Amino acid sequence: MKSNIAGRIAQIVPTMLLVSVLVFCLQQLMPGDPALVLAGEERGDPRVLAQIRAELWLDQPLIAQYFHWIGRVLHGDLGFSWHIRQPVVALVMQKLPVTLQLGGMAFVIAVLIGVPTGIVAAVYRNRFWDYVANAVGLAGLSTPNFWLGIMMILLFSVNLGWLPPSGFVPLSEDWHQSLATTIMPAFVLGNAIAAVLMRHTRSAMLSALDQDYIRTARAKGLSNWHVLTRHALRNALMPVVTLGALELGALLSGAVLTEQVFSIPGFGKMTVDAVFNRDFPVVQGVVLVTAFLFVMLNLAADLLYVVINPRLRRS
Amino acid sequence: MRRFLLTTAALLAVATAAQAQTLRIALRQDTDVLDPTLTRTYVGRIVFAGLCDKLFDINDKLEIVPQLATSYEWADPKTLVLHLRQGVTFHNGELLDATAVKYSLERHMTLQGSFRRAELSSVDRVEIIDPMTVRLVLKAPSSPLLAQLSDRAGMILPPKATEAAGKDFGQRPICSGPFMFSERVAQDRIVLTRFPGYWDAAKIHFDKVIYQPMTDPAVTVANLRTGSIDLAEYILPTDVATVKGDAKLRIVSSPGLGYLGITFNLANGERAKSPIGQNALLRQAFEAAIDRKALIDVVFNGMFTPTAQGVSPASPYYVPELPPPGRDLARAKALIAQSGIKTPITVTINVPNQPDQAQLAEVMQAMVKEAGFDLKINLIEFASSLTAAAQGNFEAYQIGWSGRSDPDGNLYAFMHTGAGQNDGHYSNPAVDEALDQARQTSDIAERRALYAQLWQQERKDLPLLYLYAPVNIVGHSAKLTGFRPVPDGLIRLQGLEMGK
Repeated sequence: MKSNIAGRIAQIVPTMLLVSVLVFCLQQLMPGDPALVLAGEERGDPRVLAQIRAELWLDQPLIAQYFHWIGRVLHGDLGFSWHIRQPVVALVMQKLPVTLQLGGMAFVIAVLIGVPTGIVAAVYRNRFWDYVANAVGLAGLSTPNFWLGIMMILLFSVNLGWLPPSGFVPLSEDWHQSLATTIMPAFVLGNAIAAVLMRHTRSAMLSALDQDYIRTARAKGLSNWHVLTRHALRNALMPVVTLGALELGALLSGAVLTEQVFSIPGFGKMTVDAVFNRDFPVVQGVVLVTAFLFVMLNLAADLLYVVINPRLRRS
Repeated sequence: MRRFLLTTAALLAVATAAQAQTLRIALRQDTDVLDPTLTRTYVGRIVFAGLCDKLFDINDKLEIVPQLATSYEWADPKTLVLHLRQGVTFHNGELLDATAVKYSLERHMTLQGSFRRAELSSVDRVEIIDPMTVRLVLKAPSSPLLAQLSDRAGMILPPKATEAAGKDFGQRPICSGPFMFSERVAQDRIVLTRFPGYWDAAKIHFDKVIYQPMTDPAVTVANLRTGSIDLAEYILPTDVATVKGDAKLRIVSSPGLGYLGITFNLANGERAKSPIGQNALLRQAFEAAIDRKALIDVVFNGMFTPTAQGVSPASPYYVPELPPPGRDLARAKALIAQSGIKTPITVTINVPNQPDQAQLAEVMQAMVKEAGFDLKINLIEFASSLTAAAQGNFEAYQIGWSGRSDPDGNLYAFMHTGAGQNDGHYSNPAVDEALDQARQTSDIAERRALYAQLWQQERKDLPLLYLYAPVNIVGHSAKLTGFRPVPDGLIRLQGLEMGK
């Protein structure tokens, strides 16, 4: 098992290198010349364009640009934002706590809603509570985030005046205000993921409940609660953990629309602005960091399998 | 008990006053680097209005008024003498004098990556006459220069601090404006705090200003309604009714400096060889088929101004004798017949992918169809549309310009042969001549006559079909007083005050 984990950790290096090549190449396919965007209203002056291209290595061959960039990345330097001229590392560090807080809260909300409703739906299969849970799940899946966000702002901020409509206050500054500013966006994000988790938990629980060992457990006279939590849920959780890790990874790569609606300065908003401004160092930096987070979350999910399923410890 | 109540009331009053001393302003997008030499964005200029004073400012009538320079005189058409304001200090305590002005203008003219270089291209050198007087020696007479000095090119920086900060100056800018830089969280906020040593401190009534980028107009309005922001520099025409319906809010709409138009590709590469690019009659027919007023009524709630010239109706250089023509379908059809080209005539238009711009193109599509044009709309992301324009990969391009206070800033770069933003490669000696001459005289009547000549030719060739001039729509809390709209749309903080 230990060698297995060591193998997984060793895989991180080539994965990240591949990601770095991919993100660098994909960006070159983006239409639009960054020098033209950066030149703004001076875009007609060829001297300005030549100067920008020289300054940013854009007049060099692609391969030289890549090695110039990756060389600096390996020294912990993600470069400078072309648009606002700040170090990308500083920008990422500024956004990381925001994205972690929002993503974390959204994930907790998703799990708190999704997993219990999934279990209830499976236990009361094809009965009233199953239909209710399905209806809630379907509504969560089919409601666009930006629409739900704006509706919540109108209700809770404009009409009732309970919550601030947008913005972000760090936990360290004022935890009360911080929760007030993140609860709506976290709910909007969590709500959609809760629906997915609910559907998966339900089907995993249904297949677990059909297994012979459940029948055996019931025949042994174990209580319904015991059978559900110790035997069915534990086995049903495996695919849910995989899905949860993927969803959490997606959350941490930034929630573009939700961040936009609630003016939350996280990864999503920064990436979108960077793409529109053709601010390549920022796009590359954010994608690398989120890819790394993704890889680490997958590793964590693998480790969690072992905790949930003792049989894996022997393999 | 009474003492307790009094103390509580006093504390509450202090707390309210403390809150009221912060002004929150919503921006339509985040700014770029906060360095006057390197900045490019329009919203950046709004933040600089609080941060950096300029040699001159403009007023609501677009007249040049003193700021850091108290007066000026033209010693001859190529020599401008500036007299500086006494007793002005920068945020770091450095004194603002002729050395600082010379340093700043030279930095704007020479720093690598400077975006002020083109604006100051007419300046040959800057000379110090005495500690409070500077002489600008020009390569050729330049009437737009004063207008340039009333914008970013006229922002003065402290030499020592700027040199010490080097390339990082934009991360903690230091100027001489009413507010000092405090902090910036990208995509979230820019915080400025009051500069106690400001030369015009009596007009400043806030301790702090927070600029917050809000890209979703509906969210901006929601924030305004809940009081989370005090002023939004940009309200969509379609949101005006909502804001007006709220008794706690005010709307101020005033003429702007910009325009929106259609640039035709006349000579930039292969795609210039389209019927509409090669035939001025067809461009005139296209215009005759368009009802500008109806377009504005449908898409912008009737709030913008139809125009047929690239100079703002607020400008003294606007030619009132040249009103935008109304729709004339019969004329459009006659012009097409005269051109001898068979209908339907296909025209592909590049349109930046924004909801209002797409809607505008769709309404136009329906209008010109009746005359015999098959308008194909190519919705394209903004950055890509710029590249396509520069490379000549377009037949027609629907694009706006934020506008400058001097008409030269709206015309020269777009119409002069070989000029920077002349994407359609239009070239006409009469237009070039008018543009060049208008740069060399400061007499308003003379310049207006030259621009009138320009329009005569432009209206025949129609390289650029102007559609409308947007108005600046600002929404603010009803408690906020002292807001003075200026056509450049910048939010000047002098005189703004929060009432009870």
